[in-house]
Amino acid sequence: MKQDLLGLKDLSAQQIKNILSHAADMKKVVLSDSKKIPNLQGKTVVNLFYENSTRTRMSFELAAKYMSANAANISSSGSSVAKGETLIDTAETLDVMGTDILVMRHNMSGAPHLIAPVIKASVINAGDGMNEHPTQALLDIFTMIEHKGHIEGLKVAIIGDISHSRVVRSNIHGLTKLGAEVSLGGPATLMPKDIDKMGVKVFNNVQEAIIDADVVMGLRIQLERQKKGLFPSVREYFRFFGVDESRLRLAKPDAILMHPGPVNRGVELSTSVIDGDKSVITEQVTNGVAVRMAVMDMLINGGF
Amino acid sequence: MKILIKNGHVIDPANGIDGVTDIYIEDGIIAEIGKNDDLDGVENIQVIDAKGMIVAPGLVDMHVHLREPGQEYKEDIETGTRAAVYGGVTSVACMPNTEPVCDNETVVRYIKERAKEVGYANVFPVGAISKGLEGQYLAEIGEMVFSGAVAVTDDGKPVENSALMRRAMQYSDMFDITVISHCEDMALGEGDMNEGAVATEMGLRGISPAAEEVMAARDILVAESINCRVHIAHISTKNTVELIRQAKKRGVKVTCETCPHYFSLTDEACRGFNTNAKMNPPLRTAEDVLAIKEGLKDGTIDCIVTDHAPHHPDEKECEFGYAKNGIVGLETSLGLGIKYLVKEGYLTMSQLIEKMSKNPSEVLGIAKGTLSTGHSADVVIFDPQKAWTVDVKELHSKSKNSPFDGFELYGKPEYVLVNGKVVINSGELMK
Ligand SMILES: [Zn+2]
Repeated sequence: MKQDLLGLKDLSAQQIKNILSHAADMKKVVLSDSKKIPNLQGKTVVNLFYENSTRTRMSFELAAKYMSANAANISSSGSSVAKGETLIDTAETLDVMGTDILVMRHNMSGAPHLIAPVIKASVINAGDGMNEHPTQALLDIFTMIEHKGHIEGLKVAIIGDISHSRVVRSNIHGLTKLGAEVSLGGPATLMPKDIDKMGVKVFNNVQEAIIDADVVMGLRIQLERQKKGLFPSVREYFRFFGVDESRLRLAKPDAILMHPGPVNRGVELSTSVIDGDKSVITEQVTNGVAVRMAVMDMLINGGF
Repeated sequence: MKILIKNGHVIDPANGIDGVTDIYIEDGIIAEIGKNDDLDGVENIQVIDAKGMIVAPGLVDMHVHLREPGQEYKEDIETGTRAAVYGGVTSVACMPNTEPVCDNETVVRYIKERAKEVGYANVFPVGAISKGLEGQYLAEIGEMVFSGAVAVTDDGKPVENSALMRRAMQYSDMFDITVISHCEDMALGEGDMNEGAVATEMGLRGISPAAEEVMAARDILVAESINCRVHIAHISTKNTVELIRQAKKRGVKVTCETCPHYFSLTDEACRGFNTNAKMNPPLRTAEDVLAIKEGLKDGTIDCIVTDHAPHHPDEKECEFGYAKNGIVGLETSLGLGIKYLVKEGYLTMSQLIEKMSKNPSEVLGIAKGTLSTGHSADVVIFDPQKAWTVDVKELHSKSKNSPFDGFELYGKPEYVLVNGKVVINSGELMK
């Protein structure tokens, strides 16, 4: 039976821990002078990206190459439906070309869930609509563990556009399974109904969300949301919901600051905190490669 | 041709009949209701033994998308009416969102002609309110009525312009037909499924129940202000039920309908990105389902319709956000009504039949939904205790987009008569 990684919703706490511990080994490879291990020798990883994301795509591609896999990239803007070929057609075509792992980024929630059951390749969800981005949450959690040693009992504040964020949903699934306490902060217009039922606390006042946090995570604001009237202006957004030094001081003294990137400087986070001593944003990027190596290795060689 | 339906439990809400008796049909017309044992010497008579079964007026489904003309890859008049009779539905009112739009008498006549040629059930076209369903100018409602349209609607879309809606009601009133309103505030209604915990967790865009309610409230108030009729289509929320309940108390001429999926499923059915649970209005919460059942029980909700909306597999086996709204329903509506309303005690069998035949006939002003003598013999016969399991592959519609695959339901029609002709015999279509 092949395995997929569609979301952290589907993984047990133990499976998440297994991936994270394997990622620690992989990080040694990433930091070494000789970034080549044979684990995916002869295997093919295809990155199928329906949304532009240079960093995520690069992260998967390097992860595959460090493990000696063949890697190919396909970018497709807009919907496959508009082109007359269905997503299932595209995935089946790539499947029969000999793909072992299909990494997919798609603008619609549930897109990887549609193809996973119909192809032989293992599917990794590299972000689907507003649903999940499991490898991002895994690298976030990995980074938290590196700094805090554990997840259980941590207080994690996630600030920003909760409605449209797949990063937040994957983090909620992963962090709550591992015993963290999650607080969300952001404007009511970007806070989806009933998200508290996922086992988190919800604040419109970001100060309240941040108080005593061990981890503060900013989320990217898509600037086009402003045009849809979800917030009045970037200036006002930053004034009420942005994370700056004074707000970050409400967190624990040893708190870390995270962001999935790329950051809109002066919108979600002030430049001073991005470049400040609490920021671990660049470490997240390195850890992303390690986590993706671990996931791909386990999908091919034995499972989570 | 003579037919005698013997020993069945006859339910005819229009005439207050609810007991074991016989129905005698001659030349397609209901000739007599009452015990009829004296058949000596009567020749050429077909006797249907309906012992242990319900004998009711053929069901009238006033909200069906037959897709012809223009979208025959989804459904056509032949396959849609075939599915109808398998479900015990002997009359359908078909929605005007065809290609071309049914907004003029030519299309109305075409549909009626095609139905005469290939239809298994009676077909009553519903015309558009506005030309091209564009919400700008009134369609030629008078001419459509004269060529056979029984109501008007822009279904699939709301009439966003309140003044146009008001004129449609006033104008339709002159021709003694009802405006059927698809209630949706388009801006609030932008989304994939009902707004709430399930949509939030799945990362799908939520549709507020207020999208339906604000338009239902508007149409009620507009109708009230000019003392005209309005029929609210496919209601799905608790507050819409309450708005209509209060309006009826005030004497507003409002009627409404709901669909089996709104009393049998919640938004939980969307889990796993199940596109066969995607529809508009969307499946709501358990609280709404309960309110719909209460609304049916206390008479607030007049009619049960399917909103039968066939779609090709390519339009459903895709990303949830891209999938088309709607499900097929003609073959499961009676079974769902028995299971979720009669067996759960919300409606008597007679009340269910009333909402699936008599009431929609009255809203449309058609001589259907009754077993009165002198009426054409549209009859459905079924055993409400007999269980059957839905297998979408076995459905007779051209499309198979149903969320009820594998459901155990009751009362699959054994016999169906349309205009005195047996079209379903022992559960099978007569050639
Ligand atoms: Zn509609």
